[in-house]
Amino acid sequence: MPSDRYAEVALEEKQRLFDEVKADPRYKTYLYGCYECGICVAACPSARFYDFSPRKIAQTLAREDVELFYEQLNDDVWNCSQCFSCNRCPRQNSPGGLITIMREVAVKNGLRTTKEALAGYTRIIYKIMTTGTQVSPDMLQEDAFPDWGPQVKAVSQNLDVWRRALPPETLHTTGLSWQVEERTMHELYAIWKMTGTLDMIGELDEGLHDIMEEIMDDALEESGLPTE
Amino acid sequence: MEPIDIPVAGTKVQTSRVFERDPETVRDEDLREAIWELGREGEWIVQPVPEPYYLAPTKFGRQKKIPLEHTWHHKSCGQCGHIPGYSTSIFWLNRLLGFDYFDPRDQTSCTAWNYYASATSNQAAQAAVAMRNFSAAYETGYYPLIHCGTSFGHYKEVRHELVHDAKLRRQVRAIIEKLGRPFVMPEEIVHYSEWMYAVRKQLSERVQFDLSKITATVHPACHYYKLQSGDAIYDPEIYGGQRTAAVTAVVQELGAQVADYSTWYDCCGFGFRHILVQRDFTRSFATLRKIEVMKQEANPDVVLTHDTGCVTSLDKSQFAAQAHGRNVGVPVMSESQFAALAVGAHPFRVCQLHWHAVDYRPLLHKMGIDVERAWAEFEADVEKIKHGEMEYLTWEHVL
Ligand code: SF4
Ligand code: SF4
Repeated sequence: MPSDRYAEVALEEKQRLFDEVKADPRYKTYLYGCYECGICVAACPSARFYDFSPRKIAQTLAREDVELFYEQLNDDVWNCSQCFSCNRCPRQNSPGGLITIMREVAVKNGLRTTKEALAGYTRIIYKIMTTGTQVSPDMLQEDAFPDWGPQVKAVSQNLDVWRRALPPETLHTTGLSWQVEERTMHELYAIWKMTGTLDMIGELDEGLHDIMEEIMDDALEESGLPTE
Repeated sequence: MEPIDIPVAGTKVQTSRVFERDPETVRDEDLREAIWELGREGEWIVQPVPEPYYLAPTKFGRQKKIPLEHTWHHKSCGQCGHIPGYSTSIFWLNRLLGFDYFDPRDQTSCTAWNYYASATSNQAAQAAVAMRNFSAAYETGYYPLIHCGTSFGHYKEVRHELVHDAKLRRQVRAIIEKLGRPFVMPEEIVHYSEWMYAVRKQLSERVQFDLSKITATVHPACHYYKLQSGDAIYDPEIYGGQRTAAVTAVVQELGAQVADYSTWYDCCGFGFRHILVQRDFTRSFATLRKIEVMKQEANPDVVLTHDTGCVTSLDKSQFAAQAHGRNVGVPVMSESQFAALAVGAHPFRVCQLHWHAVDYRPLLHKMGIDVERAWAEFEADVEKIKHGEMEYLTWEHVL
């Protein structure tokens, strides 16, 4: 039965997004067909706790069912854990890889459901893209991780002194996972600019994009690194 | 209460089937010749694995070169951010063995965590980040050793894409050259747990405690062996070559028991985005599918793994589950931390176990380590730092 969940969206738009996914150079090595054997589902952590199935993703794409594709692009892809347990597919598909591409297309096109799914994540995007490290010790705060128990509080209370009680010099940091050279970060900014990654952020969150652009442009101007 | 004698299945896989490995018939291609060929054509510089190296068997029988020293430590955001004892233990083991290594500042994260979580990057950007880090390593003369399972798997994917897609290769090369860097591909992409595998005999000669009563369960990291799988270490001596030998071979060599459990192949539930903003999923999966199953089937003293995300999910998820009366409560750490403890590293100055959530003290007692004394020593260090008598804990304090 065709999906009617997004009946208000024109078929052409769904087709356009499908074509964008299909045009990704990785697509042809991630999808060879589908035996409908369910091995990927049995291996998939997300299938156990969500109404989600890697088999359905592979089948939908193999059948080129653009209606169902659009529904999955909105309602399913953010449930995937990107663990690639589904790579044990006997048909040599990578449903997780297909989802990687679908997510990228969803971000590039600023889908409303994508913005919702990533709303709580933007602070992390900011962190990685401006500092070059994803997680910093000072993120370990009780209010952010109430379910991790009292040890989080112990870390946050002793953070500075515990970081200094680490023998590797590169780890004497609280705002970064390790000390990253300024030049190294600037090269990362240049990569984000040259590959259009910063533009992708614009589709997701305009405010975040503007803050990041300002930081990166100022730093790049100073460093003399290329931006395109 | 009397301890219950729970039968442990051990590491023999229950099958009579013999798995014959034939490199000629595998589906995962060996990229290394293509990498050298592209090097000869001037497409990139190939950085050779420095000697001395160890030859380790991979899934289909190819031998992989594992450098012993002159390694450039590609750190991992999660380990270094909140499990610092993981990397510290790797460095400490290098020092113990007298190996020359390099801990760079000219390194970014692989950025794959963000990419898998939020998709706010793309193929070219991810490849450029990888190649920038590789060129930074090459410029120091040291060889990249990747600490994180995800960085390792992701970089192998990137390598595969760069070998097969000339357009992407040219695009990324142009970016790296604009940064004023050489365009370099390492001969092999090597994970630290493969290095642990390579040095396991040297470590076992230095073991300080009787570990024969210690039972570990191993959680192999998805991205270590499920991405570009032909390149992971498989040893006929370990699980009959049916599962990756990373972590398990080291733990057995150190004299501890490794117990099997039925959800061995399952992911830890990390989920990239989930661990930060949808932890109910991570917690449910980590405890119901992994820790509880391990407890029920093997009752381990410790869970060992070789990736940032796995240590985080499996360790941090247990507190809330315990509050609900679930059958959990097993310490979790990397095999680098466990091996360091076994050969005499300080549990807090080196292994930094105070960053971990589940109580690790019963394990240390069982190993024969005086935890209370060690903690008092660490607290004394901390007091000195607080009062300005010592600025930092240094390597001189811990070797
Ligand atoms: S990558 Fe996604 S679809 Fe594949 S097994 Fe993991 S969670 Fe499931
Ligand atoms: S494992 Fe492969 S062939 Fe089987 S259902 Fe999943 S995608 Fe289809």
